[in-house]
Amino acid sequence: MDPSNAGPEFIRAYRFMLMARLLDDKLASLYRMGKIHGGVFLGRGQEAVSVATGLALRKGDVFAPLIRDGAGRLAFGEPLLDGIRTYLGSRLGPMQGRDGNVHRGRPASGLLPMISHLGAMISVVNGVLMAHRFKGISGTVGAASVGDGATSTGAFHEALNQAAVEKLPLILVVTNNFYAYSTPNDRQFACESLLDRARGYGVAGAVVDGTNLEECLSVIGAAVQRARGGGGPQFILAEVLRLCGHGEHDDAAYVDPSLKSGSAGQDCLRVAEARAIEGGFASEAQLQDMRKEITLTIEAAVAQVQQEPAPDPYQEDWCALASRDLRDVQPENDGQSGEAMLAASRAAADLLATPGVFEPETKGRQAVL
Amino acid sequence: MITYLEAIREAQARALATDPRVFIYGQDIGNFGGAFKATKNLAEEFPGRVIDSPISEDAMLGMAVGSAIEGMRPIIEMQFADFSTVAFNQIVNQAATLHWRTRVACPITVRLPSGGTSGSGPFHSQSMEAIYAHYPGLVVMTPATVEDAYSMLLEAVATDDPVIFCEHKYLYYHLKAEKLPAETLKPGAARIARQGRDMTIVAYSAMLHEALAVAEELAPEGYEVEVVDLRYVKPLDTDTIMASVARTGRLLCVGESFPWGGVTAEVVARVATEGFSLLDVPPQRLNAKDTPVPYHPTLWAAHRPTTRTISVAARRLLQM
Repeated sequence: MDPSNAGPEFIRAYRFMLMARLLDDKLASLYRMGKIHGGVFLGRGQEAVSVATGLALRKGDVFAPLIRDGAGRLAFGEPLLDGIRTYLGSRLGPMQGRDGNVHRGRPASGLLPMISHLGAMISVVNGVLMAHRFKGISGTVGAASVGDGATSTGAFHEALNQAAVEKLPLILVVTNNFYAYSTPNDRQFACESLLDRARGYGVAGAVVDGTNLEECLSVIGAAVQRARGGGGPQFILAEVLRLCGHGEHDDAAYVDPSLKSGSAGQDCLRVAEARAIEGGFASEAQLQDMRKEITLTIEAAVAQVQQEPAPDPYQEDWCALASRDLRDVQPENDGQSGEAMLAASRAAADLLATPGVFEPETKGRQAVL
Repeated sequence: MITYLEAIREAQARALATDPRVFIYGQDIGNFGGAFKATKNLAEEFPGRVIDSPISEDAMLGMAVGSAIEGMRPIIEMQFADFSTVAFNQIVNQAATLHWRTRVACPITVRLPSGGTSGSGPFHSQSMEAIYAHYPGLVVMTPATVEDAYSMLLEAVATDDPVIFCEHKYLYYHLKAEKLPAETLKPGAARIARQGRDMTIVAYSAMLHEALAVAEELAPEGYEVEVVDLRYVKPLDTDTIMASVARTGRLLCVGESFPWGGVTAEVVARVATEGFSLLDVPPQRLNAKDTPVPYHPTLWAAHRPTTRTISVAARRLLQM
């Protein structure tokens, strides 16, 4: 970061963090009002790491956020409406009601839609980076975000090793928030530090204090620069407590009180506010104005989305295939309703009465592709 | 003469030569040419596009999906179909759902060297088509001929959906053709491999040849057996099956995979529910036994349907 630009950069990052936090608050409120189908998964407390990742990326890069990356998504360019529409099930959202909550993205714009299986997105980022290599696109990077729990999956290890073997510009951001759902670190791994995971694969690693925005911006920004410059995969280990349950259904009663009162339990948003004022990047009044303005933006967006149509099962085409010619071969849902069965049975009877049916007909042939 | 395996190699060579979006990724496929030599010399002919992967089936598939999002057309070689279980999550949850969730196509081809050869045992012999066919968003191909191995693999690469390409290891060297085909059927179409009027045997992959041998055996006795080669098990060309059953009134469906559920059950279920009036006698199905695939040749040969067991089933059906 250019030191002369430190203030505006910091405030830009803080703004995305604040927007993510206020959106989380609104989503939690909508959840409690019963306005959201399914779960709600918040990023409270993890905004600094997330926003630093999103901001270090640029157009042409690829980002696979995980469940606590509201801030990083916004910083990477995800429209505010995408999250609200996906949570409220608007047909106009990027997932059209077919998938919900944090399982959203715009793969054509480099924002990969997470699946729920942890560690599974890392190799997908690798694939995008391999494609860039094939296409001769250089200078792009890819970031994948995971938590401590994902580091125990086979997918995580396979993908990290794959990135190392191919020397891909992958930034793997591991946020250790001390609990994978309710499972504490001592039931998750036995190595001294998760940074050992990086060493084990010959990957450069760095640790960052996840409560400190300035440090996150600088450490993650530097790692992204190294990857962009051909330095191969970069492993970032952030430590910070999540300041919410796994989902809004979870009261997180299992969290050790000493962690909450310790340094990792500090709220990164409050720490950033104090730093903004202390560093002269913004006044308290300016931060208050920012909060009001963002709150209004979110309220307006939610009000808009609440008027939008839900997906319509009668308009849904109920076909998962992209290939138009194949979906016409045999619509898989035929024959499942009574009506369809009667129609099929009539068609079968017609078939018997069709002249020429006893002469097997050769289907239209085509040239080999 | 060209073998089924050579046809697969030639199709990949053609795909690489004609489409810059194509690359191949898999274990030992580079300079070594693959465990079965299906990519023999391709790494030399197409430098940088035939890439050895670590033994990481999950990451191989994840890599394929990511590259497909960016417009590539990867071919993934699983060393054996059996090992695709390690990539199962990426195939059924990542690749198969991508287009439906995001409207971004996922054109990947996953080659599964499938099916039994004697001496291979439980972990190098499996037929996985039914498992993948179960999942929405996947296309499952089971070519039974040299011509189809070639044309359908090219079709798989051109398909905008993830294709599970089940190539049969037993056919690799046994099956030969004069030359590569110039034309093929429409995508998704089943084929009448032999015409008949007395009964229909629906088969696919290596079982097609067992079914054809039985039809040949029964011909001198005056039975005309029609044999349908499914080619694709997903989507399933029900129209061709139904039209055949309309002609013959008798159905036997033969598959090499395990008996619970699967392709043969699906075929029988569709004919029974949608074409009950076409049937003169109850439809029958024949599969492998409900145990892992055995190692020893005597056990292996008895585990899967053979011309002998298919013949018994066919005669029983014809005499009903």
